[in-house]
Amino acid sequence: MTASAQIPDLLPVLPEIVLIVGALALLMVGAYGGERSSPLVNVASIMLLAAAAAIVTWLPSGKLVTFGGSFVLDDFARFLKVLALGGSAAAILMSLDYFRREKILKFEYPVLILLATAGMGMLVSAGDLIALYLGLELMSLSLYVIAAFNRDSAKSTEAGLKYFVLGALSSGMLLYGCSLIYGYTGTIAFPGIAQAAAQGGLGVTFGLVFLLAGLCFKVSAVPFHMWTPDVYEGAPTPVTAFFASAPKVAAMAIFMRVAISAFPTILVQWQQILVFVAIASMALGSFAAIGQRNIKRLMAYSSIGHMGFALVGLAAGTQAGVQGVLVYISIYLLMTLGTFACILSMKRPGGMVEDISDLAGLSRTSPTMAFLLAMLLFSLAGIPPLAGFFAKFYVFIAAINAGLYALAVIGVLTSVVGAYYYLMIVKIMYFDEPQRSFDPMPREQVVVLAVAGLFNLLFFAYPAPLLDAATAAAKSLF
Amino acid sequence: MSELLQHYLPLAVFIAVALGLSAALLIAPFIVAYKQPDPEKLSAYECGFNAFDDARMKFDVRFYLVAILFIIFDLEVAFLFPWAVAFGKLGLFGFWSMMVFLAVLTIGFIYEWKKGALEWD
Repeated sequence: MTASAQIPDLLPVLPEIVLIVGALALLMVGAYGGERSSPLVNVASIMLLAAAAAIVTWLPSGKLVTFGGSFVLDDFARFLKVLALGGSAAAILMSLDYFRREKILKFEYPVLILLATAGMGMLVSAGDLIALYLGLELMSLSLYVIAAFNRDSAKSTEAGLKYFVLGALSSGMLLYGCSLIYGYTGTIAFPGIAQAAAQGGLGVTFGLVFLLAGLCFKVSAVPFHMWTPDVYEGAPTPVTAFFASAPKVAAMAIFMRVAISAFPTILVQWQQILVFVAIASMALGSFAAIGQRNIKRLMAYSSIGHMGFALVGLAAGTQAGVQGVLVYISIYLLMTLGTFACILSMKRPGGMVEDISDLAGLSRTSPTMAFLLAMLLFSLAGIPPLAGFFAKFYVFIAAINAGLYALAVIGVLTSVVGAYYYLMIVKIMYFDEPQRSFDPMPREQVVVLAVAGLFNLLFFAYPAPLLDAATAAAKSLF
Repeated sequence: MSELLQHYLPLAVFIAVALGLSAALLIAPFIVAYKQPDPEKLSAYECGFNAFDDARMKFDVRFYLVAILFIIFDLEVAFLFPWAVAFGKLGLFGFWSMMVFLAVLTIGFIYEWKKGALEWD
């Protein structure tokens, strides 16, 4: 009997097993209980995500490898898994009130989020190309379905279809890249690829370009961003909040792992690509958002820009750069969730509103929400002493230390342009004539907004825990 | 690098020949074919009788549902065959992998049954 026939060590995969078994069990609860069981399934899903996060931190420390190297649980994976699990839990929490009001509170939604999150867990732990693809598809297929979750709305189904068609195209490119890499290196394991790629060669570079194109699509970096504004606008708002948070974390994670652990030997090749993608994303994210009137569309361009900023750190290709990306992505996650908690509260007796002009005079109708939203927007623009400033600070420092001066300067300039549209929203909230006030904010949104807002305001006073965790995570990747 | 590209030379020749041949076959009828159109020849062909209506009509979504369900279980069998042939060499891990796969499929099947996807009306 060969070694591969033995049952592998399942302990490192325990969080994902818990998520998948839980998701299947909840699917059965929903199938037998009908729509009445939806609130129960939602609450149970949040608890499952919390349990998975607890297991991730409880598992023995150090680098655990299983399935013949396909699955790697190191500090890097732990850090990002906790982020992704937290983001998913917050997304389910924020969706409750919205779906209840729209009368589409279904048990499939949290089950699909659980499956997507299990995919994210596999993705951040992927140790070879097959595991990468499996994780990516498990995540993406669930995301396609929940983009079209409000199936009676033409906009939502259009968003789902668009996302699916373009996503399938990008998966095709990614697979083509994987096959080229396998063909020219003779292995699918990341360490093996790193060794074989050291000899260079045109074929490996071709494969690398296709692989990175597929990954750029998932993080919605220019020039593979076209789907983002339409999908963000068309999908139900809680789904948009989810799209902008946890899947971005997981996609960025695999981006880093592929670049750093599979292609460290041909850094020059992917550095050029990332510098271009980062500059293009930052520029498009800043300039295209200026003309937007719909706040979800604006957040889509904002997320494109932020992915550009995060890629600046990765383009540096150093440990400090990866640490910068990790800090950036954690702060971005909280800022986005906080902002979407506010967007989800933009409802009047007639229904949800999505235009930026609907925020007019918010400072007089609900001053606390206006203040926290203004601080989050300042933070997204990168104004000190808020958390968003430190996020940008670390990636730019890493880029400068790696000698990428032009990239850092362009990054700072585009963030100045980007500040314009964030400040425009603040101006509308504080200086325009008030409209009818919004309905009171539901409790779940208050919790998410309070956590994100306090983190955002107080990060500068006590940054050590996040920075230390990011340092340990970045170190484990090199 | 030039050596790598040389490996692809036969491919380039093949693409060129294929393009040339298909273009020639596409253009030739326009030049040499005998044309005498009449309404009967130009109408859509539907097994010899007149077309009932537009070919782009809407299908009931249940046809797709049945087709997709068929594909899932078709693939399951396609997986089971090589597994059964190599069963003796797979060991415990191979056995339980397939059991987990079947369990997941069964759960999906129960879900679609409960949801009424198998009922025609």
